[in-house]
Amino acid sequence: MKKSGGIQVITFLFSSSLQVYSCSADGTVRLWDFIDGILIKIFTIGYPIFSLYVSEKHAGVIFIIIPMASNKHDESCQLVAVHLPKVPEQEVEARELSAVLCKISTNPGSTAVGQGGEYIASVKDLGLMVYFFRTQKMQRFSLKATDKKGAKNAFTCVACHPKWDCIATGHEDGKIRLWRNFSQKKEYTYSTQHWHHDAVNTLCFTPEGMHLLSGGLESVLVQWHCEEVNKKDFLPRLGGPISHICVSPDGQMYSTSHTDNKINIIHCSLKLSAVIQGLVKGNVWTDLMIDSRTRALVMNGRPGHLQFYSLQQDKQLYSLDIVQQEYINQKGLDQFDVVKAAFNVKGTWLATVEEKGHCASSDLEFSLKLWGYNEQAQSFELNTTITAAHQDRITSLCFSPSTETTMLVTTALDGQFKVWLLGADSEKEQASWSCDYVGSYHGLQPTNCCFSSDGSLLAVSFKEVVTVWSSDTWGLQTTLCQPPGSIRELCFGRLSCSKYLLGTTTNNLYCWNLLTCSLEWSTPVDVCLLRSDPLSENVAAFCIHSGDTDLFVFRPSEPRPLFTQKAVCGGKVQRCVFAPREEPLDSCDERFQWLNRSRLYFLTEQMELLTFSTRVEDERILNSRKQLLVDDSVAVTPFYLLLGKHRQQQEEKQSSVVSQVADRAQLPQASVAVKELLHTPAHVLPAASFLCSMFVNSLLISKAGSREGKEPSEQDMDSEKEEDESEEEMETHDSQQEVRTQGSVEEAPLPLSKAEEKELRRVRKTDFSWVTSLTSS
Amino acid sequence: MGEFKVHRVRFFDYMPSAIRAMAFQPQREKIAVARTDGSVEIFNRADSFFQDKVIPGQEQVATEALVWVGDRLFSAGLNGEIVEYDLDNNKAKYTLDAYGGPIWAITSNKQGTHLAVGCEDGTVKLFEVCEHGIQFERNLAKQKGRIISLSWHPSGLKIVAGMMDVIRVFDVETGLSVHRLLVERGIGTSRSQECVVWSVVYLSDGTIISGDSSGKVKIWDDHTGTLIKSHQVTKWDVLTLSVSQDETSLVVGTSEGTVVQFQFLSVVLGQDNKEWARTRTFKNHTHDVRAVLEINTAVVSGGMDTQFVVRPLLDKIEEKGPDHTLRKVQFPHRSLVSCAKKAGLLLFQYPGHLELWRLGESDENSSTERVLTVKRNPEKLLHLKIKGQEHICCSAVSPCGEWITYSTVASFRIYRLNCDNNNVSITKISKLPNVLSSANQICFSSDSSHLFVASTCSSVHVVSLNLSGCKLVCTLKPKSGSGQAINLLAASEDGKWLASANSDHEVQVYNLKKMKPHCTVPVYSSGVSAMAIHPTTDNLFMVHADQQLFEYSIEEKKYTDWSRQVQRHGLHSLWLERDTPVTNVTFNPKNPAHIILHDMFMFCIIDQTLPLPENSSQFYNQLTLRSLPEKERKKHSHAFKMCKNFKGVLFVELMEDQSLVVVERPPLDITAQLPAPVRQKKFAT
Repeated sequence: MKKSGGIQVITFLFSSSLQVYSCSADGTVRLWDFIDGILIKIFTIGYPIFSLYVSEKHAGVIFIIIPMASNKHDESCQLVAVHLPKVPEQEVEARELSAVLCKISTNPGSTAVGQGGEYIASVKDLGLMVYFFRTQKMQRFSLKATDKKGAKNAFTCVACHPKWDCIATGHEDGKIRLWRNFSQKKEYTYSTQHWHHDAVNTLCFTPEGMHLLSGGLESVLVQWHCEEVNKKDFLPRLGGPISHICVSPDGQMYSTSHTDNKINIIHCSLKLSAVIQGLVKGNVWTDLMIDSRTRALVMNGRPGHLQFYSLQQDKQLYSLDIVQQEYINQKGLDQFDVVKAAFNVKGTWLATVEEKGHCASSDLEFSLKLWGYNEQAQSFELNTTITAAHQDRITSLCFSPSTETTMLVTTALDGQFKVWLLGADSEKEQASWSCDYVGSYHGLQPTNCCFSSDGSLLAVSFKEVVTVWSSDTWGLQTTLCQPPGSIRELCFGRLSCSKYLLGTTTNNLYCWNLLTCSLEWSTPVDVCLLRSDPLSENVAAFCIHSGDTDLFVFRPSEPRPLFTQKAVCGGKVQRCVFAPREEPLDSCDERFQWLNRSRLYFLTEQMELLTFSTRVEDERILNSRKQLLVDDSVAVTPFYLLLGKHRQQQEEKQSSVVSQVADRAQLPQASVAVKELLHTPAHVLPAASFLCSMFVNSLLISKAGSREGKEPSEQDMDSEKEEDESEEEMETHDSQQEVRTQGSVEEAPLPLSKAEEKELRRVRKTDFSWVTSLTSS
Repeated sequence: MGEFKVHRVRFFDYMPSAIRAMAFQPQREKIAVARTDGSVEIFNRADSFFQDKVIPGQEQVATEALVWVGDRLFSAGLNGEIVEYDLDNNKAKYTLDAYGGPIWAITSNKQGTHLAVGCEDGTVKLFEVCEHGIQFERNLAKQKGRIISLSWHPSGLKIVAGMMDVIRVFDVETGLSVHRLLVERGIGTSRSQECVVWSVVYLSDGTIISGDSSGKVKIWDDHTGTLIKSHQVTKWDVLTLSVSQDETSLVVGTSEGTVVQFQFLSVVLGQDNKEWARTRTFKNHTHDVRAVLEINTAVVSGGMDTQFVVRPLLDKIEEKGPDHTLRKVQFPHRSLVSCAKKAGLLLFQYPGHLELWRLGESDENSSTERVLTVKRNPEKLLHLKIKGQEHICCSAVSPCGEWITYSTVASFRIYRLNCDNNNVSITKISKLPNVLSSANQICFSSDSSHLFVASTCSSVHVVSLNLSGCKLVCTLKPKSGSGQAINLLAASEDGKWLASANSDHEVQVYNLKKMKPHCTVPVYSSGVSAMAIHPTTDNLFMVHADQQLFEYSIEEKKYTDWSRQVQRHGLHSLWLERDTPVTNVTFNPKNPAHIILHDMFMFCIIDQTLPLPENSSQFYNQLTLRSLPEKERKKHSHAFKMCKNFKGVLFVELMEDQSLVVVERPPLDITAQLPAPVRQKKFAT
């Protein structure tokens, strides 16, 4: 049960109870009740903590890894025992530290507590250290860096057998050594097992000590039998490289976490029982896109795939295999990956470019693929593969927004831009794509292309020159040039600003008016990213300014920004996208009106996906999270959740009407009837038919107007069920803040927003006849 | 040091035979090794694993098992006979038919009173060990199927026998089978094949450990007769097991060529609850490991690839020293080649025949190149097949090239060689003196007029040779009266002295003019691996198995000053850490200060005029010296000049024309002649 995320959190299950410790780099250790999500205690240590270990035998003591106090430049760390003071206050300072081991690795997997808490083992580089608490002696074993056969013997991780005195260590060349008799300096012994072809990332024993689990780059969970060392079982193709493995205390479930932000829950019979997949981290070559059908964010996912990631639910909807080749988990291999992708406006066509040789200078291979959406199969299907679309690397591609024709334009380093058209459906064959027009301009290399919002004009940039072409005749309409500096990005204005064309160079942002074919305005900013909102006139520009990135939102018609946010994040913003909202907000604050139609998401250098939200949205998210807090006393059943919904509804109503006095302590009015129903023993309970009307009455609200409808409640129930199953992981995701809210908008709480009002109105209309059918049955 | 013209001889196709069985004698620290050609070799663990004795084999003897009873060595084989060896005279003492068909296993009880043999007909036969032989006592209850392996409980009351598909435990008193342990067969195709229990071990705590053809090591409890644990060690067969004296470590030899160690370790440190855990894996063999021994400080293994491998267990060795090195013994620790210096002939000794070769000649004019062109190819003059079943134990060719002699355990032959241009013929010398029935070592005098034959009880017969025949001159007997066989003889160039060394490490010098013992060299703790008498100074130069060098002045009856200096100064650690003994010593008549030695991996010239190397200085310094200017070379040069250009050196001799003969047998050539090993899956193939 581990969490790891932005603020270096590693939690450790305290086996006997339902409590969990967590430590973080801010120098605190926190004790949580993970069922209720309540923070019980905070211990302040005062040093950054890298890892945390507890053992049942050492009650009141935790072991943490902190930096060596003496030297700040030194990267080595020490393991210290912390005596937790027993005081009732919530926030306690724990200063009673005693060093156990020095010069150890910060990696949490390279230290482990041994059988019965008798010893603690830690590995670093080529050494294994074992500290025995009883004798207070340390044994140190070291290996040679290499031997004749070229083995790389550096340690990577360690695990201790829960019942026997046996330590398993993982090594850089994929070997696993099982150490025994390590209390002797000389007569220690180990046996070696070798399956992994690359470094072993993590090792874990099952609680009974029957199996040893190991994982690494291969993304294969290997289950070794401790009794019979030659026997092993495999669970392959789990996703990205395995970074952690842990086992539930009863040994029934294993879980693996992967570097691509994935957690697998695996039954001990090595059957995958659940997958928790967040936003896949990895190399992002493609733009961020929004699939208009699912409203999912589309970008590079697993190698060779495009991931469809739901921004609302923070989970991956599905992954589309573009390359359709087996990915080999090995370092240094040059394999195909998706480098460019684009959707057409309706979301019915997807164009992708996959490339091999983008990292090395080896032979460049690429192909352009066009995918059509199949309504029956509810997925994209490969329509056309063009292996040699261009002579050289494709630099950009875009679909025409016009509704009449389905048209794709690609530009490439071979100095040409090509227009591809979908042919007509014939009887025998499905329509396929073919090249319609090849254009070039003085042999210069095109870098960007962009269609105007009505699709009548195509702008293609060739170094410093922007050429504008008519999409009907493919005649060159005009050229715009504003030296010095080649054009970095091109973007047409939308809606009322569609006559404007925006272009960026290394130092300037230009805005041309296409009616006059002249420069409308320009400003000297270093814009690294330019994106227009498809639903409004707004354009977002990210500028690098002294290491930080600033955001400007403006309309092409006026050179004055609507909204500015300095230092949005450190480093360069990689990609950004406007995601249209399902229902437009109507924020009255002028500064945040640009967020009304769509929401801006952007990806930082650390592969964090950030967004802007308003205060109203924040509160909604907070409310939805409160639903998770459930009373211990009542079993969580769908029935309970129905009740809880009802109760919460009541609270909400109260809080909105009676100005936030409402509290959880204030029970819903009908609770007497429910209590009677639930707490009376079954054999003295009157007939169900008798109780039913009373119960249903308790559920009904006198003012039939503030009830939620059938559909949303069912939806919520479903989602809540899921949340139950993976309550902890849900929190993990929240803390991992793929969707971190930022720039909360100062906004006065309205009595009832328009959206809420609308919802209420809808609820009033919904049919409640199902309740009566329920009672009669 | 100068350059030599080298005859690089590669036509000695010596092929050692596979190791079949081994036995360890813990008190004397001797290891007996039986090979498939029926020969038995005795290695001395205390003396750097020097091959003390070789008992030559016989045709059609397939030794299957060896056992020590005290100092007595017994073997049994598929010919159904039990053999006791006469270790003093390196031959079989007697053989006894067990009348049970082929014998697969032999074992003795710890008390040393009885032998048990497992026979093809399913009987376990008990023999009483008497003072002068063994006596059949009785059979244990006869079983169906052959008895493959046997182990006696240390108390002597129970015997466990490994058979086909079952293991049986016998009560020795009643002779009845107490337990029948069923061994499961392998999975897959091997399910239809019987599971052969190749090896069993009975521990004093009542644990039975078995290794079988399904590749499993199984641990059983003899009280209940149940399986405690099973370890799948290999996909092929587990062939042999050996447990250490203190029963804490077990080694297992497999068909894959790996040796796997199991250790009896506490599950929780500091508690008595122990179990057998698989720990280390050693891979020193390419083929089946047919025999392993755990001798406390090392794991000794041998098998089809003919190598005798000693893998030290570093955790059991206290200090760093020669015990730390991994040893691989491939060639016998004695010379199989003899050379007629004057005639340019080489005599190669194979187990069943002798080959006589004449060396080729090279074109001197093309000496600008590293490799000289051969003017005349080497020529095989003679292929002499011996009569009888016994293998040759020693042979020699006279320096003039006119006489060839060899001996087996049962017979002794002298031949006269007639070379008429291209016609080569031999005549057997009949009418040999009666005492010349067999020899342990043979040596000619330098003028080829006399033959020295080492016989029983360290005695040496001196035989004069002439055209008419041969005549016994006299028999030299040492003063000490040791009963051990002589393993080395060295005659001086002037015909005055003869030195003999026996396996008790005694070196005796005889005066051949007076035909009586001259003196005895002080006994050194290690055996003599090579010795020779210097042609001009008459010093006896000896190299011991622990790599020490001694020079003994025969006339003055004391060690020479140089020898004392070597002992005072000590030898370089790299010299001492070499793992094969020196097997031949020869001198350079042109430069009396030069002594030429060789072992399996190198030959070396010791210049007695140069200072000995300091331990801190570079030992292999020829390349460095070559790069230095002439003047500075003197300062850096030391007495040892090593040459490692040759692989598997069997013999080095300096001929009269100052050319060097190097007989080499590259280990790769031996590997190429071995049968294919079992198939193994290799990663990424």
